[in-house]
Amino acid sequence: MSAHSENSSLSAKLHQATEVKSAKCYQCGKCSAGCPLSTEMEYPPSVIMRMLQTEDLKNDRKILKSQTIWVCVSCEMCLSRCPMEIDIPKVMDFMRQKSIAEGLSNPKSKNIIRFHKAFLDSIKYTGRLHEISLVADYKMRSMHLTQDVMMVPKMLSRGKLPILPEIIKDKKKVSGFFKKSEHTNF
Amino acid sequence: MQKKIGYYPGCSLEGSAREYNESVQTLAKAFDVTLEQVPDWNCCGATAAHNLNKVLSFALPARILANAEKAGMENILVPCAACYNRLSMVQHELGKNESLRNEVNAIIEADLKCNLKILNIIQFIQMFISDFVGDKQQLLFNKKVACYYGCLLVRPNDVLGFDRAEDPQMMDEVMKSLGADTIDWPFKTECCGAGLSVSRTDIVGNLSGRIVKEAADRGAEAIIVACPMCHSNLDMRRPAIEKAIGEKIDIPVIYISQAIDMALGKTQKETGINRHFVPVNIELKKKEAEPQVVIEKTEEK
Amino acid sequence: MARIGVFICHCGENISATVDCEKVAKVASEFPGVAVSVDYKYMCSDPGQNLVKEAIIEHKLTGVVVSACSPRMHEPTFRNACAEAGLNPFLCEMANIREHCSWVHEKGDATTQKAIDIVRTLVEKVKRNEALAPIYVPISKTAVVIGGGVAGIQAALDIADAGHKVVMVEREPSIGGHMSQLSETFPTLDCSQCILTPRMVDVARHPNITLYTYAEIESVDGSIGNFNVKIRLKSKSLDEKVCTGCGACIQKCPVKKIPSEFEQGLGMRTAIYVPFPQAVPNKPVIDRKNCTYYIKGKCKVCEIVCPTKAIRFDQEDSFVEVQAGALLLATGFDVLKTSAFPEYGYGKYKDVIDGLQFERLASASGPTKGEIRRPSDGQIPKKIVFIACAGSRDPAKGREYCSKICCMYTAKHAMLYKHKVHEGTPYIFYMDIRATGKMYEEFVRRAIEEDEVKYIRGRVSQVYEKNGKLIVRGVDTLLMGQPVEIEADMVVLATAGIANQGSEELAQKLHVSYDKHKFFSEAHPKLKPVETNTAGIFLAGACQSTKDIPETVAAASGAAAKVVGLFSNDMLKRDPLIAIVKKSPPPVYSSCTGCFMCIQVCPYQAIDKEEIKDRNGNIIKTISHINPGLCQGCGTCVAFCKSKSIDILGYNHDQVYAEVSALLNE
Ligand SMILES: Cc1cc2nc3c(=O)[nH]c(=O)nc-3n(C[C@H](O)[C@H](O)[C@H](O)COP(=O)(O)OP(=O)(O)OC[C@H]3O[C@@H](n4cnc5c(N)ncnc54)[C@H](O)[C@@H]3O)c2cc1C
Ligand code: SF4
Ligand code: SF4
Ligand code: SF4
Ligand code: SF4
Repeated sequence: MSAHSENSSLSAKLHQATEVKSAKCYQCGKCSAGCPLSTEMEYPPSVIMRMLQTEDLKNDRKILKSQTIWVCVSCEMCLSRCPMEIDIPKVMDFMRQKSIAEGLSNPKSKNIIRFHKAFLDSIKYTGRLHEISLVADYKMRSMHLTQDVMMVPKMLSRGKLPILPEIIKDKKKVSGFFKKSEHTNF
Repeated sequence: MQKKIGYYPGCSLEGSAREYNESVQTLAKAFDVTLEQVPDWNCCGATAAHNLNKVLSFALPARILANAEKAGMENILVPCAACYNRLSMVQHELGKNESLRNEVNAIIEADLKCNLKILNIIQFIQMFISDFVGDKQQLLFNKKVACYYGCLLVRPNDVLGFDRAEDPQMMDEVMKSLGADTIDWPFKTECCGAGLSVSRTDIVGNLSGRIVKEAADRGAEAIIVACPMCHSNLDMRRPAIEKAIGEKIDIPVIYISQAIDMALGKTQKETGINRHFVPVNIELKKKEAEPQVVIEKTEEK
Repeated sequence: MARIGVFICHCGENISATVDCEKVAKVASEFPGVAVSVDYKYMCSDPGQNLVKEAIIEHKLTGVVVSACSPRMHEPTFRNACAEAGLNPFLCEMANIREHCSWVHEKGDATTQKAIDIVRTLVEKVKRNEALAPIYVPISKTAVVIGGGVAGIQAALDIADAGHKVVMVEREPSIGGHMSQLSETFPTLDCSQCILTPRMVDVARHPNITLYTYAEIESVDGSIGNFNVKIRLKSKSLDEKVCTGCGACIQKCPVKKIPSEFEQGLGMRTAIYVPFPQAVPNKPVIDRKNCTYYIKGKCKVCEIVCPTKAIRFDQEDSFVEVQAGALLLATGFDVLKTSAFPEYGYGKYKDVIDGLQFERLASASGPTKGEIRRPSDGQIPKKIVFIACAGSRDPAKGREYCSKICCMYTAKHAMLYKHKVHEGTPYIFYMDIRATGKMYEEFVRRAIEEDEVKYIRGRVSQVYEKNGKLIVRGVDTLLMGQPVEIEADMVVLATAGIANQGSEELAQKLHVSYDKHKFFSEAHPKLKPVETNTAGIFLAGACQSTKDIPETVAAASGAAAKVVGLFSNDMLKRDPLIAIVKKSPPPVYSSCTGCFMCIQVCPYQAIDKEEIKDRNGNIIKTISHINPGLCQGCGTCVAFCKSKSIDILGYNHDQVYAEVSALLNE
């Protein structure tokens, strides 16, 4: 298969990377009807599919700048009910990565992205997730310093927040994945 | 008989979902199942990885699988539904796509066979526990409960192969066998808000609110779950839920493993229910000695 | 010396786009024995055929190879052309360079070479062809119509009115099919039973029609003109000649709670029953699976109350055999059940029903006497949600095709509801409105504009029950995917029309082809819509694909016309491509050794023994003999004959070897 040029449509790039074909969608809307988050999205999933079909650069940009792709929680409800078996969660994954790569991520969704980043960083250094560090790190990034403060003592008293992180033996290898991921793509 | 199975607890079972880990351990011990941890396991990357970084979303779970394979494990129990989903999906995708498998093998420096049997908590219960509960059960779970499966345990259905995509029954059956009355409700596989817990608590309040309210409206006295994310959203986020629905609801959220432990008569410490935010004020009835059953042989016509 | 003519067709661009036709013609002209070789754009056109005819005369051809499309369509065309020019038609062969070559390969030298090779094999074959004469077999002028829905009824009456005998075989206790279950019919809203029942009675009364209900096809053999059809008459546990249809047995039968098939489970019937009051024939059958006597050995109430003593508990299935010239398939369709829809409750909600159930609710003869009342509690629903395309256009969990009838009947349902419950609100979730028949679009507009049916464009994601209501979660795709939640009292799924139960089995019995959805296949989607691939077997109505009544009836009359056309001849002309036992001069007479292996393997029982006698009548030798009227030319006997004594005319050993060798030593 020939590589698509940089200025090919988002739909074409999507197809190349994931084999999802936007043309298969016949706009029945069942995905949007079942998506638990569609009211939080400016473009519910079926509309995203329609925008992709237009292969219009303006629409492509709107998708990458949308909140939709960040509030989607990959619950897979859409895929499980889509009569055409279109893998929308995969579409959303692709769009999120594209959106970050092109620096178009939605400002209102910064917190969601910050959280994911903090999460990955936590793994990067220890190999495992350490929730206190994650939350602290996220708070620094989001400046939501007081949010959830009420929960911390409660969690501590119930033993739900170990203070010290667990570190795996081969953490070098795991952090190596992060480096490799910067110049690998599949 | 001594039974052994590989075990991948995952990060949240070491932290905020500690009680889940404790209850699984208690359960395994009660039935003489040895849980052998996957050596030097790492985080599966969860939602963050597949949202931001496709390579990591494969590499992190793949290393776990490789470590388990190398340790000669055949089955691994993955109680966390999120980890279970990631590990199963990655094994599935790598199993069917050789070139992708090669790429991932190169990154993690391993040679994956992709032939592990990955068990979620319910499959584990069916395989190792259900048939042996019998006399061990001391208390009857005489409550009306809502079994809540969430998304990650059941979807995508064609890969995970759960019993019924829209109205699964496996957990209901386990609860019924303990004496519970399970409600028939439509939100068994609706989403609780999952990983938006911290970053968009408002959304989690709405989504989890709908679920808790629906269960309460239908008379459930407890919600039974099998996923730490569902648990933390429905339990720890109860204030956000109550704010969203404008109503106070105090039905507790219990892991399926805790429910069995409770029926076995285990202490609060052993089940870990003392760690919940919404108190588990559930009194179970003493199980009465089973009346002697005389099995009549009827002749086949 | 052979003088063969080769005619290469371009088929417009179908062949010439990938095959160099000129080159094929040129190379072929150099094959030994070829007298003339030309190419032309459309060989099947009039000028093309003339080319063939003129060449036959001018070059005194002894054989013709038309190298074009598959012989299926045009072999008769060219053979006729040859006959007109005085050449025996069986000296003409077709080389298929379209389906076997141009359509399946890319343009290139190799493709052209393959076309040349194909032509060469046929040239070698035709050199060895012999002039043959068609054979004639008498036609049994009786048609067996399988299925007594509106399609079968229409076809049977048309054929019978033309003066031919018809045997109708219906699986259920009554004819009528789905149309007898419908309330009123789009686009005119005339009462379905009012227009159908008189036709049903006509079938029963027609002197040319023999009706077997509660009957199924057991086996079919033979071929066009002379099928032998064995019909199983399932035991009705009743002597129909004695029964007067008084219904006393039905009144007194104690088993009263069997969900009625006719009422789609919304009403009940007894163990001895007629499916509905207007049934034809109007005589009961005992459903043995549910009858107390057959289950427990006690009861016989019906026998006691029957004034004419018509009940026969020990009656067994019986069989009739019919010699038929043609078969007509009209076994109709079925609909997906609500249990096929996980997201709409797996069929567990009583008030989620399918379209046929709604027809019964709306029908004056139905379980609610035509009042729209919901099954769970008999309340009149204030809001009904209709869901179109339920299971249609759904490759994931249903069928990929459009069922074609549901857009229209859903509009009709919403309209009927509104006419009966003025204060009610009907909603229809739809994806497209397919209303392409005569007066159909107008009908839908009327539903929307006059009856205020609320159409919402979008699919419904989930239906669940809460406090006696059905919560319908859908979406309005015309408003940017805005969620729509309706608290409905009843939900009607326009479930996909599917192939009828048992259609695959029947198709295999009859050797007709069927598609992947198990609908019967027509011989050609455009030009042979009521024929099957098996000569003499026709089809009509919804057994081919879901159809509405006008289309069904049109197809039925079309199929009937085909049958009547076939029956307008006394003898059937058939290609003589049949097996013969080779004979030779005395003293050998034939290489047949009389092992009679062939008799055992012939699937058509076409072979018997022939005694060769001397002048005094003493038997010299017994050999096999093949009955030309029965032989289908399948070739099974040829393969089994150890002494190579059997040949298929037109495909004898020589010809086939010549073809193969032509390919091997080009
Ligand atoms: C809900 C609904 C509403 C409809 N409303 C309308 C409408 O308003 N207007 C309209 O034009 N059309 C309507 N239709 C379409 C209409 O029902 C069909 O066009 C029509 O019934 C097709 O007739 P048929 O004879 O081909 O098949 P069927 O009606 O299915 O009849 C087939 C017959 O063959 C018999 N049979 C099946 N298998 C065998 C076997 N193996 N051996 C012997 N017998 C067999 C069956 O018992 C049956 O009697 C509606 C359809 C549905 C589902
Ligand atoms: S459910 Fe599938 S086909 Fe329907 S609108 Fe969504 S993506 Fe398109
Ligand atoms: S996966 Fe995303 S788009 Fe699909 S239903 Fe869930 S939240 Fe909506
Ligand atoms: S014998 Fe059977 S059919 Fe007759 S009355 Fe009894 S149950 Fe009904
Ligand atoms: S006829 Fe209409 S409702 Fe039926 S499948 Fe086709 S589009 Fe859908």
